[in-house]
Amino acid sequence: MIPFDFKYYKPGTIEEATDIANKTLKKGKKIMYYAGGTEFISMARMHNIYTDAIIDIKGIPECNTHELKNNELTIGSTVTLTSIAEQNFFPLLSLTVERIADHTIQDKITLGGNLAGTIIYREAVLPLMVTDSDIVIANTYGKKRIPLKDIFDKRIQLQEDEMIVKVIIKEQFLSLPSIHVKRTKNEKIDYPLITIVALKDDIGINFAFSSICEYPFRSSSMENFLNDNSLPKDERIKKAIDNVPDKILNDISGSSEYRKFMFHSMLYEILTHFEEVN
Amino acid sequence: MLEISDSTIITLNVNGKDRKIVAKPSDILLHTLRKELGLTGAKPGCENGDCGACTILVDDWPIKSCLMLTVEAIGKRILTVEGLNDAPIQQAFVENWGFQCGYCTSGFLMVCHSLSKIHPNADEQTIQNWLQSNLCRCTSYDEIENAIKSILKWEVYYERTGRK
Repeated sequence: MIPFDFKYYKPGTIEEATDIANKTLKKGKKIMYYAGGTEFISMARMHNIYTDAIIDIKGIPECNTHELKNNELTIGSTVTLTSIAEQNFFPLLSLTVERIADHTIQDKITLGGNLAGTIIYREAVLPLMVTDSDIVIANTYGKKRIPLKDIFDKRIQLQEDEMIVKVIIKEQFLSLPSIHVKRTKNEKIDYPLITIVALKDDIGINFAFSSICEYPFRSSSMENFLNDNSLPKDERIKKAIDNVPDKILNDISGSSEYRKFMFHSMLYEILTHFEEVN
Repeated sequence: MLEISDSTIITLNVNGKDRKIVAKPSDILLHTLRKELGLTGAKPGCENGDCGACTILVDDWPIKSCLMLTVEAIGKRILTVEGLNDAPIQQAFVENWGFQCGYCTSGFLMVCHSLSKIHPNADEQTIQNWLQSNLCRCTSYDEIENAIKSILKWEVYYERTGRK
């Protein structure tokens, strides 16, 4: 049971959604854009979140787009993780989302929800990071398409009235050699101890990480070390780990020392994988 | 734009029939099915999306009804265990002893029924992925797996993979 009442809006257009968001915010009320709703319901039930209104964006056609057209893959913010995996336009993204929660919940979790949620892992962002993807966001003044890296700093930096419409991935990345490695503490279905995705393009191997720090990230200095073929593999990995941009997580899933050990082992596995691909 | 502010009469399509009920935006579908419609097949377990006892089908796909607002279900086709009407998976559970205490059974039935319709040629990995969404504390997992396998089109699977 959710212990508070709120208004429910289900707009059919982006304009309707942002307009009702703006009007509600001007009254001093809180709003939430709502897609899959799994995080909202589980947190609301525990009194960990409050809103005066939710704006369910699943009725907006542009948010439901899922197509490969004009050399770009477009995935709307309300497309479910199951749909991404079943359609499988981008195998690296499919592998990643298939390991978020369990299969039935993947039928409800959406791409936008995973990107914008408060749970720190946000693993769906990793394949978008290594492919230099773009994101389309909207507010009352209209829509804008921007590089993900310009708006993702520890988490997606959205204003209260802004919503994610869709993400756009260039087709050239979809079939490049890639790998997804996830380790959990015990069970297969769990939050990550560490998740890494890596993709090799013309320049080198791109890496993105979740559950190393308190936020997902991609680091150019770490990539420089990992791609420096003049050094032995162990040395490259050690230098990369020394350049992790923040404190390494130390929690119930694993101590920071254990994470470092596991991180080294996973990076070794990934570099070996790409050597074998070559 | 659909706007619901308070308790209001809405129509849900449940087990093939339109049903009018009173709901407010914060109502959870699991409780609406049980308390408003008397469909107690979907079970409250963890109520946090972990156990799968409350699984129903929404537009043919399994959904944990504890993680869905009632108002989200407007315009969708809801199927609960009461609407299965002697589906092959029910007989398969009986024949394979796919339950003990029975509390998780309706959730497992719904996942298995959906799997058999959406992926009738599902391979081992797909079966594992789908069934890992549900918990059974009587540990009759092997029997449940045998039940779902007994209704899948395994001849096609054997032919495709070359193994039995």
